[in-house]
Amino acid sequence: MTEGSYRDGIRAMMPLMPAIVAFGASFGVLARAAGIDALAAMVMSATTFAGSAQFAVVSVLGAGGTAAAAIGAAVLLNARYVPMAFAAAGAFRGGPLRRLLEAQLLVDESWALSSREGGFDRSVLVGAGGLLYVGWNAGTAAGVLAGDSLTDPATLGLDAAFPALFLALLAPMLRSDADRTPLAAAIVGAGIALFLTPVTPAGVPVIAATAACLLGFTRPRRPSPKRASAPRVQEARS
Amino acid sequence: MKVVWLCVLVVGVATIAIKASGPLLAGGREVPQSTARVVDLLAPAVLAALVATQAFASDDDLVLDERAAGLLAAGIAIVLRAPLLVVVVVAAVTAALLRALA
Repeated sequence: MTEGSYRDGIRAMMPLMPAIVAFGASFGVLARAAGIDALAAMVMSATTFAGSAQFAVVSVLGAGGTAAAAIGAAVLLNARYVPMAFAAAGAFRGGPLRRLLEAQLLVDESWALSSREGGFDRSVLVGAGGLLYVGWNAGTAAGVLAGDSLTDPATLGLDAAFPALFLALLAPMLRSDADRTPLAAAIVGAGIALFLTPVTPAGVPVIAATAACLLGFTRPRRPSPKRASAPRVQEARS
Repeated sequence: MKVVWLCVLVVGVATIAIKASGPLLAGGREVPQSTARVVDLLAPAVLAALVATQAFASDDDLVLDERAAGLLAAGIAIVLRAPLLVVVVVAAVTAALLRALA
């Protein structure tokens, strides 16, 4: 395969940037609305750098959940990066520190854009992921500033923004006609969460819903796991 | 506020470790398909549970309020392939309008 350049990665990411910055800004606004410290929100974007997990923490804490529940939901959401990181592992070079730092630029979008026949393109991943990192953090900073001037979150309907956001992130994962297991996992997961809400402390229903992933054992084997999930990502945020 | 920083710290460290796992440990190996098939479903299951609890849970009760209407509007926007930001704004505006009218 022909090795791309950082510039190729940056160019490929450019069309997604308005959406990324807006998404980062919405994280900043909703974090402030949920009573999260401005600095904490910005540190989180700089270190965790994974949208859905960050929104999960903010929404669980905002709904009165414990730290354990918020952390559990976020880490379980990010568990999807384990197979993605292993798939892309061969592309990284250099010593452990360099690998660790460059691996942080692995997010859904950079992973999908750098996916090539038979492997991943490191330069494209770093270029695309680097630009996304800048946009995500700039957006968060702007959102935190805007969020400071908000009055009552409920009046603005911001509590309704969270379920809408999670649904928008979920929808592209369910569009495959060939494999209905993600849809089944989503329905069972939502069912478990609703069933447990009246009887368990806040946050527990979301963690317990992960039991739905056991449906994976009923799944047909996929010929190419890399290709199978790549296109959905760009749809998700653009 | 301590709770927030605890979450920021633990989730940050865990995510950094997760992302570095492959590049640091792989050495040409892939995650076994049997594991990947299950791990792949964590995200849809957790996201769906977040949708359900964020829309219908109020403390320990299940309720139908303005958030449900916002979610319905968001669902329509998603079916119409609206961009993410539009989906979120549609939901917020729907809930805000219903509250203003009530």
